[in-house]
Amino acid sequence: MKDKLLFGAGLMAALYLVRNLYVILVDLPDEAQQGAIYRIFFFHLPPYFTAVVMFLGALIASIQYLRTKDFKYDCFAVSAIEVGLAFAAMNLVTGSIWGRQQWGIWWTWDARLTSALITWLIYAGYLMLRQAIPEPTQRAKNAAVLAIFAFTAVYFTYKANEWYRTQHPGPVLTFRTGKETIDRSMQNMLFHNTGAFLLLASVMVAHRMRLERNQREVESLRRFVHAH
Amino acid sequence: MDQRNFEFMFYGFAAAWIILAGYVLLLVSRGQKIQKEIETLKRMMEDRGSK
Repeated sequence: MKDKLLFGAGLMAALYLVRNLYVILVDLPDEAQQGAIYRIFFFHLPPYFTAVVMFLGALIASIQYLRTKDFKYDCFAVSAIEVGLAFAAMNLVTGSIWGRQQWGIWWTWDARLTSALITWLIYAGYLMLRQAIPEPTQRAKNAAVLAIFAFTAVYFTYKANEWYRTQHPGPVLTFRTGKETIDRSMQNMLFHNTGAFLLLASVMVAHRMRLERNQREVESLRRFVHAH
Repeated sequence: MDQRNFEFMFYGFAAAWIILAGYVLLLVSRGQKIQKEIETLKRMMEDRGSK
């Protein structure tokens, strides 16, 4: 039953993405100054929002783990962070490609880009920390503390282009600027693609949680085999 | 569609899909590896139990 549900949700996410891709490539007009390349934006901002939601989920799960010591929260936190890292990588790489075309450089060390990269590295460090601690309780506790502190980097990245003058463009979405700085059809498409990525990310997290549970089973079986 | 900058738009789209597909493949291969390991360990336990 759970397998069918996961498969159905994955299929829905894939169809939603295909529909969005059609609208992005066929229906939406070009941007007056940038031409076709502004469409990268639909694979830059939605993955960022998805990663933020994943890291927020990991923050909440980590707090819950420290309160309850229930491993299901630890399992959710590591899964959400790993999936969030994949989406954050999409955000960084697509942004860099857009920057190469629009600015003539692949990268610049401004506050927004640097904090986004540092955030990615901190969460990659979270996964490495887990690999380095074999004892499950200690691993979960240390990882939860790191996940809580790591979220400050996510918030800093979100606010960086308001707090500092950056090469990265400032906020454009209506809910951040309070006025219409982006065409409504383009903004709607950004929300649609965010929805599709969030659905896909949820399926990935559910699958990753299953792997984590199986990995724990492997660890306990190994201990049992070595003990007897 | 305006053909200006089309090449870099393609690179951006390709990079996004490659990262996504790569991660999905990684998840699938890890799942298979863990499943194999579980089966091996269970077989080892059964072998030791029957001795």
